[in-house]
Amino acid sequence: MSEIVLDAAAASSDEAAVKPVLLKRLSWLVGLILPVGLALAWELAVALKWADGRLLPTPSRIIVTLGALSKSGELGIHILATLQRVVLGFGFGVAAGTFLGALSGYWTGIRRLIDPTLQALRSIPSIAWVPMFILWFGIFETSKVILIAVGVFFPIYLTLSSAILGVDRKLVEVGRIFRFSHREMITRILLPATLPSYILALRSGLGLGWMFVVAAEFMGAEAGLGFLLVDGQQTGRPAVILSSIVAFALLGKLTDWLLASATNRLLRWQDSFKPAE
Amino acid sequence: MLEISKVAKRYPNGHLALSGLDLTVEKGEILAIVGGSGCGKSTLLRLLTGLDKPTSGQIRLDGLTITEPRSEIGLVFQEPRLMPWLKIEDNIAFGIRHLPVEERKSRVGEALARVGLAPHADHWPRELSGGQAQRAALARALVGRPQVLLLDEPFSALDALTRSDLQEHLLELWAYDRPTMILVTHDIEEALFLADRIVVMQPNPGRIRSEVRPPLARPHDRLDAEFLAWKYKLLAELDHASRVPAGDEKFPAAAI
Repeated sequence: MSEIVLDAAAASSDEAAVKPVLLKRLSWLVGLILPVGLALAWELAVALKWADGRLLPTPSRIIVTLGALSKSGELGIHILATLQRVVLGFGFGVAAGTFLGALSGYWTGIRRLIDPTLQALRSIPSIAWVPMFILWFGIFETSKVILIAVGVFFPIYLTLSSAILGVDRKLVEVGRIFRFSHREMITRILLPATLPSYILALRSGLGLGWMFVVAAEFMGAEAGLGFLLVDGQQTGRPAVILSSIVAFALLGKLTDWLLASATNRLLRWQDSFKPAE
Repeated sequence: MLEISKVAKRYPNGHLALSGLDLTVEKGEILAIVGGSGCGKSTLLRLLTGLDKPTSGQIRLDGLTITEPRSEIGLVFQEPRLMPWLKIEDNIAFGIRHLPVEERKSRVGEALARVGLAPHADHWPRELSGGQAQRAALARALVGRPQVLLLDEPFSALDALTRSDLQEHLLELWAYDRPTMILVTHDIEEALFLADRIVVMQPNPGRIRSEVRPPLARPHDRLDAEFLAWKYKLLAELDHASRVPAGDEKFPAAAI
């Protein structure tokens, strides 16, 4: 009798062990409920003639449009053009923001020199630069990449320079005891200590990069998702506009996810709050 | 030999933390500095590390004036201060980053083994207990084989059991290279257990009140009658040192 009871207990605990693992692996699917649910609801509303899908095309029509665009190779060209601009602009923006942010966080003299100017420049809406950038750098790629880089630069610079000022003095003293040079102090203590906020700044910088690429492509481009958007507007094809918007959403989410998962490993050391499942 | 001569330290806010301090510490000696809060003992330690500079007077190690942190002088802080983003072994390697990889590895391995943390080499600091973390901090300070090891109330945040365990352990570690050790503490028992010589400091301004060299046999036994007699004697001394003259109470009623 007791044996049977034990077996049953063992079996149920086995099941209990398998279930959470499976559930955990599929937990990201929860995030699909909202977009997929809304899409289905709209599809259903138009199918039942509760609404007119002319100005807001149904998901199925968007998928058909996306399919046609990718079949003709057009979509690939646009995505590649946009992606290239974002990657280049993000890269330059991050490099400049990191370099100047670290300098101005570490040296008071440099902060006094450059911070007021940068703060003033920050309050100019970056779009306002578009006419000047076109005059200076021409209508082609250079001006677009620079516009994106400017958008990415500020959150990185601002976050890093203020995060460095917030690093625990006690850890910096350890560096002083071990006679760290300025470079070592920055690379071995200040940057790692600010890594959590820095990575957050990278992600918001990337988001801004995607925002600015649209502005850049609005100012005249021969390819790119922003160009597709304008093209859809000028030819009166809402399905094309929405296809471009969906492509932006997917690419933005994908690159953010790539960045987050690439940097996750760097933050394993954190002893931070982990919400209950 | 570490010589402190006529050292005074006045902070920018005008507070005179130390005044006219003279002290000589022999090579390999274990010296404890005790005193109540505000007597300048931590200030003195910061001057010895070179993190701060004295307002006047000089501190010399083997004839050379200390003006900035030096590799011959190691420091263990009150808190472990491990870099949370480095594994334990990398934290310990912090102090010997200039050595070639092979040498670094073997030194870190040796240090980890000595403090009994070998199984924790690739753990994160957050995974250690308070006592283990402080052991790691000891290993980090000792791995560079300093001539002088300074300790700033190193065990004060630990529970009594872990504390006495680590005190014994510290003496074992000291025995390997026999560095000069200067320990700042407010715990008389800790001072008596570890030190050859004890300096009692008093505040306003921070200065030396008295100095004793208890003739106790090593290893010191905390329950030995003579040890206890010294403990009471020093407690009384410390009590006098931190007693404030009448009319100059620490917490004047008017201020509350």
